Amino acid sequence: MTYKVTEEGNVSTVFLNGEIDMDVTEKAKEQILPLVESGKEVHLNLKDVSYMDSSGISILIESHQKALELNTKVIIKEVSKSVLKVIMMAKLEQILNLE
Amino acid sequence: MNIQESKDFLVSTASLKEVRTFSREVFEKINLPQDQKDELVLAIAEAAQNIVKHAYKDVVETSDRMEIKISLKDKDLEIGFFDKGKAVIPENIKHRKLDDIKPGGLGTFFIKQIMDAAVFKKDQKEWVNHLVLTKKI
Repeated sequence: MTYKVTEEGNVSTVFLNGEIDMDVTEKAKEQILPLVESGKEVHLNLKDVSYMDSSGISILIESHQKALELNTKVIIKEVSKSVLKVIMMAKLEQILNLE
Repeated sequence: MNIQESKDFLVSTASLKEVRTFSREVFEKINLPQDQKDELVLAIAEAAQNIVKHAYKDVVETSDRMEIKISLKDKDLEIGFFDKGKAVIPENIKHRKLDDIKPGGLGTFFIKQIMDAAVFKKDQKEWVNHLVLTKKI
């Protein structure tokens, strides 16, 4: 997994790339959670994520819940077909903010 | 078409990518829709992850290896997982309720959604755990 972060106003966008599994969970969390904790709106762009397992889904849930606690937002953008399928399998499409 | 392939992997999160590569290579030989192949790879990866996460819980580093065996006989797909970690007590395995939104606990749920059955067998002397996932394809 690789990532790139861009900032525009109060929005941080994290572009994730590759496969997200338990081996890279910590790396992804270390990148995403501090942005959420800083109070910014965080966009997670998943168009280049080709695979995500339950560990990756956990990051999406944790980020979403942290944002709710802090009265901000995590928005999942351009989710790839394969990741959307896993999100739907977990029945989270109505819970997470998908755009 | 009949297939029987197995491979062993170091018990480590770093092996999960290798597990997926092995699984994808085996499923390339089987005529199935890509979506179904992707689901099967996910189920295998989740089961392998459970070995690292649960059977080897609190083990920082090990030289132990786990084995994955994929067999297809006619339409019956069977995937075996063998490890020497802590013995799994099947009754203790519970996936989280879907309306209880929290990180974690989804791997077993995915396996149950994708496969027809997941059973721990006590038929191996040289291994501690032997999980068998089956699906009619």
